[in-house]
Amino acid sequence: MLKTVMGLMKPDSGYTEIFGQPLDKVRERVSYVPQRESVDWDFPADVMDVVLMGRYRKNNLFKRITKEDRRIATEALEKVNLLEFADRQISQLSGGQQQRVFLARAMFRNPDILIMDEPTSGVDVRTRHEILHLLADLHASGLTILLTTHDLNGLAAHLPRLVCFNNTVIADGNPREVLTSQVLEATYGAPMEVLEHGGMPIVVEHGPTRVRGEGK
Amino acid sequence: MFAFDLLEPYGFQFFRNGLVVATIAGALCGLLGVFVVLRGMSYIGHGLSHAVFGGAAASAVMGINYFIGAGVWGIISGVLIGRIARKRLIGADAAIGVVTTASFALGLALLNRYGQAQKSIEAVLFGSVLGVKPIDILAVVLVTVLTVVLILAFYRALLFATFDPEVAEVSGVRVAWVEALLMAMLSLTILVTMRVIGTLLISAMLVIPASTARMLTNSFARMLWISPLIGAATAGVGMYASYFLDTSASATIILLDALVFIVAYVTAGARSRIRMASLGHL
Repeated sequence: MLKTVMGLMKPDSGYTEIFGQPLDKVRERVSYVPQRESVDWDFPADVMDVVLMGRYRKNNLFKRITKEDRRIATEALEKVNLLEFADRQISQLSGGQQQRVFLARAMFRNPDILIMDEPTSGVDVRTRHEILHLLADLHASGLTILLTTHDLNGLAAHLPRLVCFNNTVIADGNPREVLTSQVLEATYGAPMEVLEHGGMPIVVEHGPTRVRGEGK
Repeated sequence: MFAFDLLEPYGFQFFRNGLVVATIAGALCGLLGVFVVLRGMSYIGHGLSHAVFGGAAASAVMGINYFIGAGVWGIISGVLIGRIARKRLIGADAAIGVVTTASFALGLALLNRYGQAQKSIEAVLFGSVLGVKPIDILAVVLVTVLTVVLILAFYRALLFATFDPEVAEVSGVRVAWVEALLMAMLSLTILVTMRVIGTLLISAMLVIPASTARMLTNSFARMLWISPLIGAATAGVGMYASYFLDTSASATIILLDALVFIVAYVTAGARSRIRMASLGHL
């Protein structure tokens, strides 16, 4: 779905708009963070090289990198706590650091909206926490963040607004209201249960256990 | 005495022409090879040169100028491969396999049916670095200048589109256009070098210097310098060596490339072992 929003895929029907306008009109205000696995991290580049890709605009194709560009890149790296890694080869970063390099590149453009595709897929618990805190800080500073995720407990439950989507919008609202077994079953087509722990909803898949129980 | 011997082949016009074209072709293939290697499309040099063979055969049969016939054919093949690969129904490697083998087979069938120009076809397959004509030098120089200018002008777009095509597209890079441009440059390069080093050996010149350069540096910008330097040096030295060893010029160049690759591979391996060992002590 995000690929359609970002103009990478053509919709079968209908259209997408950001800030009420087609993407081409607002490209400058939008930053996209793809899935970490979408690039080859053995590519010969260091962290600074990748962040500086964020300066690419249609009208500055031939401009050289200026001191100002480097200052903005340094600021972006500072925001994601990666400044000390500026000269590091990207092949030598952990999964969380790679995700933060992508974030810094996106922040270089100083966007009004950040669009992220599965920011916590394939990262460990500690990294997920790091990313979550980082996103919370960015959000607190006034940035709109739109992200997709399948990580219900690790990510979705912590968001201020959650939309469950399967062909159509199934539910939309606060995670506490949205994360119910009825909504989740309609979204994923599999039975799920929602428990509560410390005021947070916890989603459990109980499908496999039931199957095993019946077998006995 | 030694210096006199070394200069001996230089007395021959055919050798001088061959040396110039081979060296420039080595640099050109080395430069474009950086993109071919980093995009994981090493097979494309091999494939496209076979596709161009189809065009060469067709133009020989129909009596069309080699550069025009094979050129148009090559660009069409390149664009076709890009189109098919972008659809993601099949992988890029399979797309190359389909388009280029079909093109090669068509070339062979045309030659069988209307059999002529057997000799020049052999030259196309195996190259004839010593039969270089002035037009070959001019063509290689023109394509090299064009390629260098385009890479310098579109450096940022090329880098972005090679590393992260999705975000490049979102940021306003016309990725499809950049890819078509690379394909066109590659087709042109193969077109003007295949009479010199032969279709069967172009793929090596596109892949080996760039792979060697990748092991010697971790910077994209430096790769764009090192790879053409290796390509040009091995081509020049290989030409000289082939004269004294009495071996095929293209085979000698490629063997020299492979030798440099092996040296870089062994030393890069030793360096990374030392680095790993020092990390282990931390």
